[in-house]
Amino acid sequence: MATPTPTATLDLAACFPGAVSADARPGYKGWIIEKDKLVEVATAIRDELGYDHLTAVTGVDYLPEGKMEVVYNAFKTTGGPVLTFKVQVPRIDPVEVPSVTSVWPGAEFQEREAWDLMGIKFTNHPDLRRILMWEGFEGHPLRKDWKEAFYEEDAKPFKSRWPEGRHVMAEERSPFKDNITFPKDFDPEKWVPEGEEALYGALAKYQTEEDGLKTDHIVINMGPQHPSTHGVFRVALTVDGETIVSLKPVMGYLHRNHDKIGERNTFLQNMPFTDRLDYFNSMSNNFGYAVAVEKLMNIQVSERAEYIRVIMAELSRIQNHLVFIGMLGNDLGMMYTPALYAFEERELVLDIFEAASGSRMMCNYFRFGGVVRDLPEGVLQKINDLVFERLPGKVDELDRMLTENEVFISRMKGVKVIDAENAIRYSITGPVLRAAGVPYDIRRADPYSVYDRFDFDVAVRQNGDLMDNYLIRLDEVRQSLRILQQAVKQIPAGPVMPGKPQYQVRVPAGESYGRVESPKGELGYYVVSNGKPNPWRYHVRPPSFVNITALEQMCIGVKIADFIAILGVIDIVLGELDR
Amino acid sequence: MYGKGIFKGLSVTLNRFWTTYTEDIRWLFSGKKRYFNEDGVKARAGKDTKGIFTVQYPEERLIIPEEFRYVPFLVYDEGADGRKEVRCTSCGICSKVCPPQCIWIVRTNDPNTGRPVPQPAEFYIDADICMNCGFCAEYCPFDAIKMDHDFEIASYDRNVFNLDKLLKPAAYYESIRPLNAARENEARKAKEAAKAAKAEAA
Repeated sequence: MATPTPTATLDLAACFPGAVSADARPGYKGWIIEKDKLVEVATAIRDELGYDHLTAVTGVDYLPEGKMEVVYNAFKTTGGPVLTFKVQVPRIDPVEVPSVTSVWPGAEFQEREAWDLMGIKFTNHPDLRRILMWEGFEGHPLRKDWKEAFYEEDAKPFKSRWPEGRHVMAEERSPFKDNITFPKDFDPEKWVPEGEEALYGALAKYQTEEDGLKTDHIVINMGPQHPSTHGVFRVALTVDGETIVSLKPVMGYLHRNHDKIGERNTFLQNMPFTDRLDYFNSMSNNFGYAVAVEKLMNIQVSERAEYIRVIMAELSRIQNHLVFIGMLGNDLGMMYTPALYAFEERELVLDIFEAASGSRMMCNYFRFGGVVRDLPEGVLQKINDLVFERLPGKVDELDRMLTENEVFISRMKGVKVIDAENAIRYSITGPVLRAAGVPYDIRRADPYSVYDRFDFDVAVRQNGDLMDNYLIRLDEVRQSLRILQQAVKQIPAGPVMPGKPQYQVRVPAGESYGRVESPKGELGYYVVSNGKPNPWRYHVRPPSFVNITALEQMCIGVKIADFIAILGVIDIVLGELDR
Repeated sequence: MYGKGIFKGLSVTLNRFWTTYTEDIRWLFSGKKRYFNEDGVKARAGKDTKGIFTVQYPEERLIIPEEFRYVPFLVYDEGADGRKEVRCTSCGICSKVCPPQCIWIVRTNDPNTGRPVPQPAEFYIDADICMNCGFCAEYCPFDAIKMDHDFEIASYDRNVFNLDKLLKPAAYYESIRPLNAARENEARKAKEAAKAAKAEAA
């Protein structure tokens, strides 16, 4: 389905003389756009060149060069490779770049993140507040000259570990010690969290007074501790009766600045940290990071390892979707029976992960160029048994149990999540996009690994309602089983890692954006290397985070009970949403 | 007919409900124990598992696969007179590759010459920081640090393991990872043989 694109010959500089120049730095690709012409050129890129899907927006702090850069990665929903374009501005506050939210509204949260963590101010942004850090936080933590509380050194490995290692408790190094002391005059009863004013100010105000009755809209907060928000996620919403008028998600309760940790780590050390993003699918997370760094290192993955990777990623997708279907029941008030049935199958898949990688959830199984170890004896047989004999029947069982249930249908059918046009505008990826009728799957649109060798269909549904979002997961599980059945049969013999294992990989200077179709959508890694052992910039584009950019769009006018179901079908995981 | 779908779905649940009993009865008649028994646990983790799925930890335990990894330990060989011959040479690769930097090593220096001796004077692993990634075991060139199978380390204090706590005999390692240990022993023997042959030739 990948259409031949004219990207190879696409010369943006010739299309927009004076506004665009090619990025000539060695190892870099793409185009540098003049700051003032950004919106104009972006509109043309979307409308005339057809790059309708802006997936990743992020900032890079080039401290030694005294520059800040904003990197945009755009794709066509009909398939094809990336179009990368950048804006460079001098690193003098205020660092200002025009916002592209008027062209691609999906950039909203990612621009807010760049503002929050990098301090890049996006002019004309509709709601430029901090997003992961709290309002009132001092500084922009991803800037290279910002040091955190536990700061030891700029890069790992730290010198104090060897040869004169002296053990120090982590809390000794923290200025807050064990973090239980409050300032002297602190009174929790009277304390008002900073930034809440800005949050409530962003909610829509009460406007109409239709029938002369004086009614009031109520602002309510759901979360961060709430059974239906799948973690420490909070939304502030204004309701009219039970109907949602306005909604703002609040996140960052689980924020640990994964990007900053990643820039301190060596390239290899990041691998186990990626496990902790979407903790349901550590195999997919490993996959994306490995793809990005391998692109930069320009190395070939051995054949057998590619098949093992695909097998692991698809097993991961199956267990993710099964749990999704089970937990969807919880969101709709159908407590636990489907969830526990799904968990049985998940356990069996996790047994395989454990046997191969050593851990059920934090797999850390991929390495640059291959995987840690070959599948131990008997594991391939186990996978074979599962994908041929057990899982197809169990998927049918879940299908039989739920799909025709009238109560289930009446809750699900016709409750719109998002339509195709808006899904593209809001940079939505994964099952939610496909349920809206856009057959866009990175495994087909921009194939990586060995996905081009398998025969499978891109699952797509047309209505974009809750029901379709549920059904598409069943479809995808069945397609994943098809891929697995082929992969298990075709897997060749051979080594799984080329050469000797190296703990210090050499990564040439340059940038790369690697992406995979994770069960939740496009999982992208933007990595910049300057030839040193640690990445200069390491950025994750998590599907959960970008998919909820449109949460307000999806939920205006629906009932609170349906909002919970909508949040459920977006399938967020706070580990990667907050990072 | 309205409600047909609900009944169809409930038939799945009913079927599952019955199976918990029929499975137990089937095991009873076959004369095997389904619970508190290794065969039973194995069957529950197999592809044909039906009926009750849960494993009643800690009385029952899942079978731990060989590659399972938890907080690392140091391997020592037992010398002729019962001395602990620690494999670790304090080269520091594990502490350099450790992602959360939870390994601290102090190298031993010869008191007379001041030159480093290939043995750790102190070795700390902060198990509360350790993320069980297994890099240390993966990249250790001397097979000296290995990942453990013992995951029950909950305690009232901080888990900072020192050399005393970390050292475990090679026999223990062979018992938890027989295949890996055999492979490594063979590789080591081949290496020594090659070295000896080289020395003879020279």
